[in-house]
Amino acid sequence: MEGKAWKFGDHIDTDLIIAARYLNTSEPEELAKHIMEDADPDFVSKMQVGDIIVAGENFGCGSSREHAPIALKVAGISAIIAPTFARIFYRNSFNMGLPIFELPEASEIAEGDSVRIDMDSGEIINQTDGKRYKFTPIPAFMQELVDAGGLIAYAQQEISEAKDE
Amino acid sequence: MGQTITEKIFSEHAGKTVYAGEIVRVSIDMTIGNDITTPISIKAFEQSRAKELANPDAFAIVMDHYIPAKDIASANQAKISREFAYKHDLKYFFDEKDMGIEHALLPEKGLVIPGDVIIGADSHTCTHGALGAFATGMGSTDISFSIITGGNWFKVPESIRVSLLGKPGKHIYGKDVILELIRILGVDGALYKAIEFVGDGVEYLDMSDRFSMCNMAIEAGAKSGIFAVDATSKAYLDERAQANGGLRSNPKLHYSDSDANYCREITIDMASLSPVIAYPFLPSNGKSVEQAVADDIKIDQVMIGSCTNGRIEDLRIAAEFVKGKRVARHTRMIVTPATQQIFLQAQKEGLMEILIGAGAVVSNPTCGACLGGYMGILGDGERCVATTNRNFVGRMGARTSEIYLANSAIAAASAIAGKIVDPR
Repeated sequence: MEGKAWKFGDHIDTDLIIAARYLNTSEPEELAKHIMEDADPDFVSKMQVGDIIVAGENFGCGSSREHAPIALKVAGISAIIAPTFARIFYRNSFNMGLPIFELPEASEIAEGDSVRIDMDSGEIINQTDGKRYKFTPIPAFMQELVDAGGLIAYAQQEISEAKDE
Repeated sequence: MGQTITEKIFSEHAGKTVYAGEIVRVSIDMTIGNDITTPISIKAFEQSRAKELANPDAFAIVMDHYIPAKDIASANQAKISREFAYKHDLKYFFDEKDMGIEHALLPEKGLVIPGDVIIGADSHTCTHGALGAFATGMGSTDISFSIITGGNWFKVPESIRVSLLGKPGKHIYGKDVILELIRILGVDGALYKAIEFVGDGVEYLDMSDRFSMCNMAIEAGAKSGIFAVDATSKAYLDERAQANGGLRSNPKLHYSDSDANYCREITIDMASLSPVIAYPFLPSNGKSVEQAVADDIKIDQVMIGSCTNGRIEDLRIAAEFVKGKRVARHTRMIVTPATQQIFLQAQKEGLMEILIGAGAVVSNPTCGACLGGYMGILGDGERCVATTNRNFVGRMGARTSEIYLANSAIAAASAIAGKIVDPR
């Protein structure tokens, strides 16, 4: 993953990520047109596919709406980096395959910096200033879910195992 | 080593003794979805190879956000849940015929049982902890996993013990206590934690107070909020059992051990607490009502309702303050009873006449206004005092609008004055 950084502050709630006025549909493409609208009304027109959001503490707090990570992913945001994530958003992102990374030093990255995420080395590299950071590894149990292809794939595995018995 | 009530609920479900930090896979007693989150769960359900739900009687769909449909898109979205409910013959499908906001409706129906593990695709699912259950919000895919497999995985949370002392003064409610706690903790101060309410002051809090306190545990980032069952909650459960021909199942009562482990201790002296108002744009932005009065805050709208404070007690308080008076000329007042039963009860008690007589508009039960959906949207620069749970940017409408979160007494008294006033 590699993209340009867009900076947001602390406590970005899911109403800012996708406002409830658009939740009369769950069509991903429709939702994707309105991401971050109340935080920055021009965001959708400014961002490019592959860009990365770099935010402050507690990203994704508030409503449990899974529409939030879905909309970000479908809009083309390739990853989110923040020191901490709200609990439900963290879990939702894994469940629907939006890559998110906990990085205590996230505030050192500036808007417009070119950021690369190296999954093999567990590093986030700021290509603009050359700094390298280790991101917080995900919990082992969640890695199992990721390896299975996500939560629903994990459930499918269980269903077919049960049938084989 | 002693256990918290939350560790005990998980131990009972896991069939072994577990403590905070352990990952457990447990059965779910009740899974909840609503009209805007369930369609995503249904899509995931259909993508899996599941043909039927693991336990159809443990899944409730409550149509409460944009129902009755506010537009064509909402109507089409609602069809997805309706068709699923009919196809799978769901016993607990609540639509226009039996309307209510999920977190008010399910306890009222006797479907929330002490000792349950409850998850819902709605962040305010934590409300149900007021009845001694573990209840938490999750996303739609997790809800799907739960209805496919009958269970889900959890990291057993650490607990913050909040000791409530003394008897709250006049017009101090559970809402003030929880806004004070969120002010202390911040919006992420309880991230991943359970908030357990204890102390000699608990006996002064009725179920309405306790529901609104657990409801807003999420606003401090918490996984759950919980009160152990006592005489007040037992009486509530008895009344619910009588009204519904019994409860869904038998309560399982758990109590924290005296040597249980807590990650943090907080004490709130309710006797000396002033009403708390959360200023825009975070629920942790609590100020005293005295401060708000000094700030001379003129308001365009008052909203009394939501899963936080739309109960009969809230309507009674509102009626007390507007009786024989008139909502200020430049202000409007919206009252949204949280369930149809509350609506009927208010009618019976003569509250509707008082509220409507004072110039309030009373709507059907819906989450609508609270989340900026419909039935009370704010325009550019408008200011609202709301008994709801979130005052984020744009939450109730225009991104330049402002929300002040408060108890129902402040909200109603402020509607008459046209500005924020102290109801005492």
